[in-house]
Amino acid sequence: MKDDVMKTPIPVSLPPLATGLIAVAACAIFGWLFLLAESEVAVLGLVLLAVLAGWGAQKTGLSATLGTAMHQHSGAMNGAIVASLLAVIALLGTEHFPLLMLSTMLLYLVAALGLNVQFGLTGMVNFAGAAFFGIGAYTSAVLTTHTAVPPLLILLAGGLIAALIGALLIVPVVRTAGHYSAVVTIAFGVLFKTFLEVNEVLGGPQGLMVGSMNVFGWDFNNGPVLMGHEMSFYVNYALLSSGLAILAFALTRRLERSWLGLALDSVRLDETASACFGINVVRAKVLAFTYGNILAGIAGALYGMMISFIAPNSFTFSDSLLMVSIVLLGGLGSLWGSALAAVIVVLVPEKLQILQEYRFLLFSVLVIAMLLFRPQGLLPRGVRSYFPGGRAQR
Amino acid sequence: MSEVLLEFEGLAKSFGGVRALDGLDMRVKRGEILGLIGPNGSGKTTSFNVVTGIYTPTSGRVRFDGRDITGLGARKVYEAGIARTFQRSRLCLDLSIFDNVMIGNHARVNNGLWFNLMNRRGLRREVEDGYARARELVAGFSADLADRMFAPVGALPMIERRRIEICRALVSAPKLLLLDEPSAGMTHDETAQLMDDILAVRDRMGDLSIVIIEHEMGVIERLTDHCVVLSYGRKISEGSYAAIAADPEVQTAYLGVD
Repeated sequence: MKDDVMKTPIPVSLPPLATGLIAVAACAIFGWLFLLAESEVAVLGLVLLAVLAGWGAQKTGLSATLGTAMHQHSGAMNGAIVASLLAVIALLGTEHFPLLMLSTMLLYLVAALGLNVQFGLTGMVNFAGAAFFGIGAYTSAVLTTHTAVPPLLILLAGGLIAALIGALLIVPVVRTAGHYSAVVTIAFGVLFKTFLEVNEVLGGPQGLMVGSMNVFGWDFNNGPVLMGHEMSFYVNYALLSSGLAILAFALTRRLERSWLGLALDSVRLDETASACFGINVVRAKVLAFTYGNILAGIAGALYGMMISFIAPNSFTFSDSLLMVSIVLLGGLGSLWGSALAAVIVVLVPEKLQILQEYRFLLFSVLVIAMLLFRPQGLLPRGVRSYFPGGRAQR
Repeated sequence: MSEVLLEFEGLAKSFGGVRALDGLDMRVKRGEILGLIGPNGSGKTTSFNVVTGIYTPTSGRVRFDGRDITGLGARKVYEAGIARTFQRSRLCLDLSIFDNVMIGNHARVNNGLWFNLMNRRGLRREVEDGYARARELVAGFSADLADRMFAPVGALPMIERRRIEICRALVSAPKLLLLDEPSAGMTHDETAQLMDDILAVRDRMGDLSIVIIEHEMGVIERLTDHCVVLSYGRKISEGSYAAIAADPEVQTAYLGVD
């Protein structure tokens, strides 16, 4: 929602809502162009345009206006964002690869939202995000090939199994503080991949086939038909991923803006003082850890069905690092920040093949620069407002 | 209802070979302001940490409001009605004034998962009730602060932070308030203002008992009904401020022997 500054270089005196809606539309057009851009030059140009637009939006006060719009007209703005997401999917229509990328980005966002609750709100770094994502994917591989469980339930099962396996880590993670709990999750992530590689039942290093999604007879292997044109079957996955991302976003937003979110913040900032004010620190940590793992597991289960073939190499430590870098780049505790960072971390390297090989190097540099110069992230989290527009409000 | 609210009986706490508390006996009566003084390292803060359940005592008992609370965890002690402030301010600087005060009210709000995620109407009512309550409490200290309930605490000067800390401790309507060096890091004028605040709080909440640790003897003289002097984890004197100030043993403990 930042590239419209090119069209409105002076902060015109439009009301915040109008400015916000124009910005959302501009973002949607930009996203569509970006996903379709073929040549490296075009992609590079668009990336530069976005960077300039973002910088300009900061300078001209446009980003502040957008913040006001999001705060005062959250219903209309959120509706516009959902509508433009759907419009982009419809416009991409027959394009397999851009739709796959968009869906992958949305599923990474779901996992990143979970990690944001763990890391951004509660202060527990989870370096095994990709492992929990993988647990979801393997759950869907096993259940789609060996059972007749309805695929929609398999998504829930993926989340549930991820939470159960995560429960094994709860004692060491909750009892150790700070960096030590991060080390526990690193060990788990590495262990998970090694376990998959030597486990013949789960396909070893070659991996497993995953069955496709099917919602009440709506087969995701067939592209939907819109006004006589058959679209890519990835449209199905893009729609379901959008639904999942919207649901996860709304739920995480509610969690953050509740007494529970406040308790998680308090535990992150000062465990001892939290306990002195009656906050159950262990419960808060277990809740955040489980919540995050469930989201990662559900996202992973759908990801597995979408790419239809999974192997241990899809869920490595580097992938976990990518997820953590989404949270860091976007801003700790900032949900819109995670959304923006997911676009940057997942889409940009896919489009810029030159970067592909160096993407870990690039993101490491980016994260370090971020921590040094803008530790609050790209879209810093604001002060909690429980019910925007309500009486108990700034 | 007995007249004594809090009672220590032979309370001891050792860290390795160091006896931070060495058989401390002490009583706090209902509604009184008790000053806890003594040289650095005499065990004042340790006694707070033992009462509030941050440390488990090595031996001895703590009785509160007719109940044995020895070794109860910090959360249970808070629920029993003891709230505190910290020597080094422990507010959450990134969070708003409202959030910080509501952390103190945590034990009284609904913390159910379903309630918080799904019951929008119920949560909204609780937030609005909490807001009215927190605002009223903060307004009792400063009308200006009450108009800025959603400002981050990190932007406030020290005295305002102390006030928020006291509000956070008071929001749950405790029976006993423990203040650990409220004047630390403040100027002379700010300290005087804060003392007025504390006396006003006591007037508003009639039966609240307060234990205050303080190095500023002016504060102790003005606020307290009764004083206990610690040295090396033991009580060496108690009585009114005038009585302890005249006690030669107290003078020796503070100034050393010639």
